[in-house]
Amino acid sequence: MLEVEGLSRPGLEPATFAVAAGECLAVWGASGAGKSLLLRAVADLDPNHGRVSLDGVSREAMTGPDWRRRVVYLAAEPGWWAERVIDHFDDWTLQASGAERLLLPADIGEAPVARLSTGERQRLAILRALERRPSVLLLDEPTAALDAAARDAVEALLAERRAAGTALLWVTHDAAQSNRIARRRLVVETGRVREEA
Amino acid sequence: MNYIQLGYSDLANAALLVVANAALSITLHLGLERRILVAAARMVVQLSLVGLVLKLLFVAVSPLWTGLAALAMVLFAGQEVLARQDRRFSGWWAYGLGTGSMLFAAGLVTLFGLTTALRPDPWYHPQYAIPLLGMVLGNTMTGVSLGLQTLTAQVVEQRAAIEARLALGETIRTALLPMVRKALRSASLPILNAMGTTGLVSLPGMMTGQILGGVEPAEAVKYQILIMFLISGGTAAGAVAAVLGGVGRLGDHRHRLRLDRLGPKREN
Repeated sequence: MLEVEGLSRPGLEPATFAVAAGECLAVWGASGAGKSLLLRAVADLDPNHGRVSLDGVSREAMTGPDWRRRVVYLAAEPGWWAERVIDHFDDWTLQASGAERLLLPADIGEAPVARLSTGERQRLAILRALERRPSVLLLDEPTAALDAAARDAVEALLAERRAAGTALLWVTHDAAQSNRIARRRLVVETGRVREEA
Repeated sequence: MNYIQLGYSDLANAALLVVANAALSITLHLGLERRILVAAARMVVQLSLVGLVLKLLFVAVSPLWTGLAALAMVLFAGQEVLARQDRRFSGWWAYGLGTGSMLFAAGLVTLFGLTTALRPDPWYHPQYAIPLLGMVLGNTMTGVSLGLQTLTAQVVEQRAAIEARLALGETIRTALLPMVRKALRSASLPILNAMGTTGLVSLPGMMTGQILGGVEPAEAVKYQILIMFLISGGTAAGAVAAVLGGVGRLGDHRHRLRLDRLGPKREN
């Protein structure tokens, strides 16, 4: 279980909530409300205050990289550091079935990142994050650039991971998607976080 | 040793070329005439003052005064490194990082040259120590400036890629390594290019000066080779110190990218 207590940073008032293993919590709010700031603070990518723990172990008890291997943040516009897709994965051969499920071309591993569409990059970034087998996945609008078929494929893959125990914090602007993926919803309004009843 | 002494009229004749540059700027509407004249005037005043200071230092041969002169040179070089940065580190680091790196690298290499090759008596003799430091420092300054400039520009440009790696659990060192390599390559290029073309395309100023001063060309060449080696070492050491110091400042103990420690981009 991911437990967050009094988590704050500039632009974000103290937030308290918890997500159980295998649960999905939708994060909802207008653009610029602070949703990405919240996810980045949970991932410890920016200086922040508050207590955050995973399965009872405090974030401060482990190094930043150790924490982020367990609690992986996926940005709305993910970055790429190598020329080819394959170089962003530990073992691309294990990703072939995942790529197929996300409706990606079979030979996409060898493709240069610069030639990919926004939607292809977004799906590949999801595979890249899942390869780390995180306990918690912090998703910042992971289907924003996808058509309906690709979006459904992503939702189905993430639902499987959820069933296997991965907790999800999922930022979305789509009310229908929010209802499909989660029973609980966090609302972020001008930096204030509350759980919707 | 014999050499042709220059009179003030000789310098005045040469100054006509600078005046011609300013006239050209006016004719072509380049808007550089004021800068040309100010830069030339500054150069004359600075060199005249340095000539006086060196004369006093050579008479005194004091470790204290030689050390203070060397420190002043490093502090001025630090100011120049600062002025060349589009994005400066916040607070004291903006000045301290470049200055500290140059103090370390140029100081170390100059001491090395003085104690292993030139071996003047005493070892800090200003006639050798100050010109040697000046040569090493001038080039180390270029390396440090280029290294820091490339590092900060790259880190800002590649922010998404760096944070993607950090978000997947990589360390700040691994995430910044490509930018470190680029910064160090950029810092090394001027001295590598200079070593590759010296003697074929250009004759270095110091060697030319020595030959004009009556030194045997073979001796002047040996001095120049020594200086080039020292400059190469100083530039590498200064750039590595500055870039690694910059990396330390751009990350923190939780392996986060700290772009908040960089100021906004300055327009030059």
